[in-house]
Amino acid sequence: MSVTVNGKPFDDQPAPGQCLRTFLRQLGHFGVKKGCDAGDCGACTVYLDGEPVHSCLVPAFRAEGREVTTIEGLAQGGALHPMQQAFLDAQGYQCGFCTAGMIMTAAALNQEQKADLGRALKGNLCRCTGYRAVEDAIAGRRDTEDARPGRGVGHNVPAPAGPDVVTGRARFTLDVAIDGLHHIKLLRSPHAHARIRAIDKSAALAVPGVVAVLTHEDAPATLYSSARHETRDTDPDDTRVLDDVMRFIGQRVAAVVATSEAAAEEGCRKLVVDYEILPAVFDPETAMQPGAPRLHDKGPQARIANASRNLVAEMHGATGDVAQGFTAADAIHEGTYFVPRVQHAHLETLCAIAWIDESGRLNVRSSTQVPFLTRLELAHVFGLDRDKVRVFCERVGGGFGAKQEMLTEDIAALAALKTGKPVKLEFTREEQFVGATTRHPMKVTVKIGARRDGALTAIEMHVVSNTGAYGNHGMPVLEHACSEAVSVYRCPNKKIDGYAVYTNTVAAGAFRGYGLPQTGFAVESAIDEVARMIGMDALEFRRCNVVRKGEPMIGLHEAPDDVIYGSYGLDQCLDLVQAALMRGDGDEAPPGWSVGEGTALTMIDTVPPGGHYSDTYIWLEADGTYNMTIGTAEFGNGTSTVHRQIAASVLNASPLAIAFTQSDTDHGGHDTGAYGSTGTVVAGRATQRAAEALRDKLLDFAATQSGVDRAQCKLAGDAVDCGGKTIALGELFRIAEAFVVDLSAHGTTNGIPRSVAFNVHGFRVAVNTTTGEVKIIKSVQAADAGTVINPMQCRAQIEGGVAQALGAAMFEEVVVDTEGRVTNPSFRHYRIPAFADVPHTEVLFARTSDELGPFGAKSMSESPYNPVAPALANAIRAATGVRFYRLPLKPDRIHAGITAAG
Amino acid sequence: MDLNTITAVERPTSREALRVWRDGDAFLAGGTWLFSEPQPKLTRLIDLSTLNWEPLRATGNGLEIAATCTIAQLDGFAAPPGWIAAPLIGQCCRAFLASFKIWNVATVGGNIVMSLPAGPMISLTCALDGELLIWGPDGRERRVAVVDFVKGPVSNDLKSGEIVRAIHLPLAALTRRTAFRQISLQSHGRSGALLIGTRDAGGAFMLTVTASTPKPYQFRFDALPGADELTARTDTTIANNWFDDIHGLPAWRRAMTLQFAREILAELGGGAA
Ligand SMILES: Cc1cc2nc3c(=O)[nH]c(=O)nc-3n(C[C@H](O)[C@H](O)[C@H](O)COP(=O)(O)OP(=O)(O)OC[C@H]3O[C@@H](n4cnc5c(N)ncnc54)[C@H](O)[C@@H]3O)c2cc1C
Ligand code: FES
Ligand code: FES
Repeated sequence: MSVTVNGKPFDDQPAPGQCLRTFLRQLGHFGVKKGCDAGDCGACTVYLDGEPVHSCLVPAFRAEGREVTTIEGLAQGGALHPMQQAFLDAQGYQCGFCTAGMIMTAAALNQEQKADLGRALKGNLCRCTGYRAVEDAIAGRRDTEDARPGRGVGHNVPAPAGPDVVTGRARFTLDVAIDGLHHIKLLRSPHAHARIRAIDKSAALAVPGVVAVLTHEDAPATLYSSARHETRDTDPDDTRVLDDVMRFIGQRVAAVVATSEAAAEEGCRKLVVDYEILPAVFDPETAMQPGAPRLHDKGPQARIANASRNLVAEMHGATGDVAQGFTAADAIHEGTYFVPRVQHAHLETLCAIAWIDESGRLNVRSSTQVPFLTRLELAHVFGLDRDKVRVFCERVGGGFGAKQEMLTEDIAALAALKTGKPVKLEFTREEQFVGATTRHPMKVTVKIGARRDGALTAIEMHVVSNTGAYGNHGMPVLEHACSEAVSVYRCPNKKIDGYAVYTNTVAAGAFRGYGLPQTGFAVESAIDEVARMIGMDALEFRRCNVVRKGEPMIGLHEAPDDVIYGSYGLDQCLDLVQAALMRGDGDEAPPGWSVGEGTALTMIDTVPPGGHYSDTYIWLEADGTYNMTIGTAEFGNGTSTVHRQIAASVLNASPLAIAFTQSDTDHGGHDTGAYGSTGTVVAGRATQRAAEALRDKLLDFAATQSGVDRAQCKLAGDAVDCGGKTIALGELFRIAEAFVVDLSAHGTTNGIPRSVAFNVHGFRVAVNTTTGEVKIIKSVQAADAGTVINPMQCRAQIEGGVAQALGAAMFEEVVVDTEGRVTNPSFRHYRIPAFADVPHTEVLFARTSDELGPFGAKSMSESPYNPVAPALANAIRAATGVRFYRLPLKPDRIHAGITAAG
Repeated sequence: MDLNTITAVERPTSREALRVWRDGDAFLAGGTWLFSEPQPKLTRLIDLSTLNWEPLRATGNGLEIAATCTIAQLDGFAAPPGWIAAPLIGQCCRAFLASFKIWNVATVGGNIVMSLPAGPMISLTCALDGELLIWGPDGRERRVAVVDFVKGPVSNDLKSGEIVRAIHLPLAALTRRTAFRQISLQSHGRSGALLIGTRDAGGAFMLTVTASTPKPYQFRFDALPGADELTARTDTTIANNWFDDIHGLPAWRRAMTLQFAREILAELGGGAA
């Protein structure tokens, strides 16, 4: 059939049931993205005869004889479309995966639609930005600054990938054409707990195009954890690439490798599996009881705390005497709070491509936050020398912790090793819900006592975390949950008990905030209640009780020695939020709705425990520009911008003069990974050190060459200024080459010691007590981020974190039924915030400078999420008089709560 | 998404060519639902778009909407001045969770045949006494009221091989006064309750309840009822058959329904809300 795409004629036959999205990609238009493949997200938006449509829903054959425009064809005659330029100017994106569809949609809006963006953009989901930057772009506001020498740290330097992102050229994981690429599809378990007796592969193997069917018989026996951490024994060895025991509905049973996705799917349907059904358990408290079905029959070498009680981890800590503390209290609040499963919903689903190169080395191109750790584990699982494995990523379409996990690379590696073919595995959106990871659901009972004068007397917390069928991140998430939420309060008596429990449900994993959003919801709600009981303003109550600089931070244990107050801005954050709420600005409450205000705070260690490593290599190029390799991955966190800014500041160069490549194990060195909010504070430190070392080398060499005193030499853009005499850097390079002087440098960090960062959130809400609807009429977050290296990006990180947290606070929930099945595995039924759902948040920064981070910066990517849900619950409590103990706070639940309270 | 089990597509251009229905077939309208979920049981698509039915025809008898009329086409319909019920069209289109881009392809017929509780075209056509014209595979035709056609979530009166040809909205219904209420758990989300009230020149009142119930319910009164009478009848007739899914708890749907019933009654001139 013939079709015109971006003005060019194509003649190709789509499969009868093929959709336009995959057909366009097949023709090389990789700017057309898949976020859902079901019409919900808009990432695949193209024009069909000028009309915007979701190409995943359009049968490809209907494009016959018609004209298609994709993001690649939006720019006319070399000039960007004004909407592309607007997204560049406002940096209306983070990971950029939604951006092509967002721009295509925005560019098609008429004035009336632009006046109601909430409605016009309801078919375009962005998980990163919280939409404020998108709104700025559409309104034509400019948030970026021009790059110039000296405009490094502290400036709104635009992201380096911007021009590629807005034109659809940015290459995400699957945006590559590979000859002979084979496809993997996974058969997933229909049973929550079962043993595989036999798998009959014959009919599957007979499907034309199927080249292999891989089952537990083909998989290595080595046990590992899909979670990736710097030290691999952080997580239990409880997982196999393919297992003969199914522990949740959705676990992978077998992988079919075929020449097309269609054949691989058909192969999966043709597999005949004989299961022996085993008893299953879904409730973590039941699972902990003696006699409950046991999920993992493994010995101590698996590092499961107590396999016979389904406990992947158990922890207890106490200081002082809580019984005494409660006796001394004038007011005590005790409540059991519940935070359900939520999913990351990064727009780029998990995916990987693996192949064996000519040298016999396994290459994996993956959507990952942790290429280096994934390489190590692949080498371990498949018994390969680590030099025989390369893992890398280019641009990653959102992560939020979900990609600190090895959930595709292992299968892709197995398939590549077994077949020798290049193979691709791409999760569907449904698989993201049933077969990836979620936040750990936690039931948190908290009891807090205080005296009438405002002093806390005791805090007791009991946490039951549901880790699902596998223990990936189960222990460290629990440990984190049991730490900063409580240790931020000075209180003589504390007791904490935590349990992470296996159940026959989809596994939980790492997710922004890493346990703190769950316990924070409980503790900050309880603090609000206690403040009410003693008749004190909640912010004032917090002010009386939070740790001050230098005081011990005691949660489960006294904070480990490597956590120090590199800076302290919590007092400022509390003041900033209070002042912002007192200003009384924001939206008007609709007439008749009840209004209330609420606040919450959070503290977070700036770096995960146990060491976090990163290497940067930097060198001078022949043309006098710089180049570097950095280990950390970019998935919308903006760290590549920051690294460039850091290097530019140190080298007094324009950020544009600094090229870089990143996140590839072939660059050498090590990088623990882009998790735990480390891309700036840890990896950025490595870049700072590398740049400083290079600066010193350049100045030393220039001083010797010019005969000018070293103290008189300084870097000035693309030259060295030696006491008034300038040597162009290109010239310096040539001289160095002639003398065989090496002008490159290396910087490294280990993430020790660590500091603490703070966030305080405030809401004013209006609640319609008849319908349960909530309208946020004022939202403010104050952040203690240390030196803000890029204010625009840092603000955007906070806005994005707030939006993601609001989704979880207001309506997101992965619902698991009584048989362990996820009942809402799609964006249609698992709604994430759309434009209209997210209010503006005023973002304020404390003025601090950290001793540890690069240029005084602290981490600020996970923590903005953490105080949002409790602040909202506290505001709703103030408006309605009803305390809500369970997220999400949906209108139907609020209505039920108000009705029950009479 | 790709529907990989589909091995053939028919693109009929005449009614005769439509009579090819066999197991594994699906009529393809806009495709916005068909292509949004895996359809492993389907092997062939029969495209209705090539029949080129005139999307909308306003006559002295009312409005004839072809099943293949898109939501965008319907939303763009310029109604004759006397059709004071016409604003309902825009209100119902806006009650879609789907955005304007989906409206460019999704069809009115497809929405009714999907028979989801939150199908706003069901709400619209029920409230305006809509009647479906159904073509059988044997060439026979029949008519059925939309309110009787929809039996429950994804369940209706259509037999295999039957096709919805058109929806007829009678003139009488289009000249009634109307009141509309809708709510969902998110801004612009999927409807949790969608109620429409109509009142004709003679004073007769009708309330249509959708989205909060698995299928539409209709309550007719010759004159405006009292508010308590209306809610009591609504509540007893629906008899706890409130829809329950992630888009709203049954108790909330019931409360919203009864609340909206009162508001609609008041808006159309009835008892105090
Ligand atoms: C993002 C998104 C949001 C959505 N929101 C909503 C919503 O809020 N409410 C809602 O109800 N639905 C919603 N849907 C579902 C669906 O897209 C709509 O119901 C739409 O109107 C279906 O129309 P279609 O023409 O695309 O149907 P298709 O997908 O083409 O067909 C749907 C079904 O109806 C059958 N069919 C279609 N036309 C005929 C006919 N004339 N005769 C016989 N059978 C026929 C098809 O065989 C198929 O089984 C949504 C879908 C998406 C992608
Ligand atoms: S991929 Fe088409 S709408 Fe999400
Ligand atoms: S920038 Fe929108 S999804 Fe990442």
